[in-house]
Amino acid sequence: MSMLSFERKYRVRGGTLLGGDLFDFWVGPFFVGFFGVTTIFFAALGTALLIYGASLGSTWNIWQISIAPPDLHYGLALAPLKEGGIWQVVTVCALGAFISWALREVEICNKLGMGYHVPVAFGFAIFAFTSLNVIRPMLLGAWGHGFPYGILSHLDWVSNTGYQYLHFHYNPAHMLAITFFFTTCLALALHGSLVLSSTNPGEGEVVKTPEHEDTYFRDFVGYSIGTLGIHRLGLVLALNAVFWSAVCIILSGPFWTRGWPEWWNWWLDLPIWR
Amino acid sequence: MKQPVPWARAAAMLAALLLLTACERPPAYYTQGGYRGTAMADVQNPRTFQAKVDANVVPDPSPAADPGGPKATEVYKNVQVLGDLSAGQFTRVMVAITGWVAPQQGCLYCHNPANFADDSLYTKKVARRMLQMTRRVNSDWQSHVQKTGVTCYTCHRGNPVPARIWFKDPGPRTAQGLAGNKFGQNTPAREIGLTSLPFDPFTNYLDQHEQIRMASTTALPSGDHQSIKQTEWTYALMIHFSKSLGVNCTYCHNSRAFASWAQSPPQRSTAWYGIRMVRDINNVYMNSLVDVFPDYRKGVTGDVAKTYCATCHQGVYKPLLGVSMAKDYPELQGPSPEAAEAPAAKPAEVAAR
Repeated sequence: MSMLSFERKYRVRGGTLLGGDLFDFWVGPFFVGFFGVTTIFFAALGTALLIYGASLGSTWNIWQISIAPPDLHYGLALAPLKEGGIWQVVTVCALGAFISWALREVEICNKLGMGYHVPVAFGFAIFAFTSLNVIRPMLLGAWGHGFPYGILSHLDWVSNTGYQYLHFHYNPAHMLAITFFFTTCLALALHGSLVLSSTNPGEGEVVKTPEHEDTYFRDFVGYSIGTLGIHRLGLVLALNAVFWSAVCIILSGPFWTRGWPEWWNWWLDLPIWR
Repeated sequence: MKQPVPWARAAAMLAALLLLTACERPPAYYTQGGYRGTAMADVQNPRTFQAKVDANVVPDPSPAADPGGPKATEVYKNVQVLGDLSAGQFTRVMVAITGWVAPQQGCLYCHNPANFADDSLYTKKVARRMLQMTRRVNSDWQSHVQKTGVTCYTCHRGNPVPARIWFKDPGPRTAQGLAGNKFGQNTPAREIGLTSLPFDPFTNYLDQHEQIRMASTTALPSGDHQSIKQTEWTYALMIHFSKSLGVNCTYCHNSRAFASWAQSPPQRSTAWYGIRMVRDINNVYMNSLVDVFPDYRKGVTGDVAKTYCATCHQGVYKPLLGVSMAKDYPELQGPSPEAAEAPAAKPAEVAAR
């Protein structure tokens, strides 16, 4: 792959967290690094185990393959490989790969002298996965509470876990998460369409400036958050969406065992009018 | 240095307090109810469950009576239901009923002190019908109550009128016409978990025999006219099931296919028979007492008290947490005269959608 003319001078040695110069090189466009190697190791091992698990199952239908966690009675102990042990090792591999990927992002930040916004943002995604398959199972005392690795089976898990609390849409943190997800989409759509509209003027028109974009939104809704501000807003919205998703599932079970509609009885039970 | 804003700190403390008081703390108890990884599980908070354990302590059985000796009919007059018992057994069950149903009021809650055989008190006539019902449940509804069976205590728990019963609910008075018709919705009722679902799903489903299931069996519309409205009636009933048994939806259903029997836990079959049993109890036994009950025991529409899941279950998945009292009272196991009148579950209903 060809390299952009200005790219080479940014490709400098150093900035690594582990391994020093050992893997401090590029393969084509990709920076490798120590954590690139660990990412490949964990991803390859995890994928191989998923394929092994699928070979023990009843189907090769890509939609129906499922690698399930252990039975609840194993608690937080290790389970036999064919009874949920594969799921446990795959979970370790997934975390190893995700965290390696984040640390590789940190090393690239170091090389370029940039802030850590990208690895921090990716860290929220890792936190969401960890909430589902590590933090919540540990709070509930069994790895069996994690979701199975399968395209349809993990959706069945989501559905049944929702119905364990009768109606998950009444979960206040779930409400916040959904609202932030939708608002993220709204902000991204408004931002993307605005930038494209100013860079794609009509026939014979010149490309417009960010001042045009600001003016558009001031005319439109009375306020423009600005060129940098829209990206701060986008990050805050997206991270909140992921954060409250993690909160909503950690609450369900460890901190609430009944139906979520019933949670709202605190309002009816306020001492002012109960 | 900038001072923290006092109201922001106060709001944060209030929010934290709310979250702590409105939630519970770990650990929670889970019972796996399906293949691993399917999230089919019963969830209980061991601290709140302890209150249910304390509320479901079964009274000690009285010493068994001799089934031999003179028959109750030879010793007492006007014995219509328990005539197959010995006088000893008859006396034993009468004493037991007093403790289960009228511990404060005693024998005279049902009996005329001048003549115990007299039927002048309405309570005695009701009690007789309830004895027939108990025998019917224990002999003909083992599809639901299994060998555990029921006694008067299963529902009464020391109360002359069981604590959990229902009457037809006409709802609050509203304006005439379309504007005033909320179709039973948005009036939170305890019986349906204070949801916005219709507040009286019982009349249609547990007194009458309306079809409860509403899931379509085809992907595209093909003559299934079940509406969202009907679905909400069903959901209201299901919320009542969940509240009455203290279990979640996955106790009986795999939510990936609610209607599929092949994917449902066996508890769903037990519940299916339970629905038919409750209809039988309400139609054959409770409604037959409409002229016996005095007005002050009836609902606002003049109907008699009726049963639903909560009447026996009272918040736990098995009434009295599965302890069988009936096994110590063979007196309540006799044949039921109604067996021929009302057939048990109609097979046609199973096939009908």
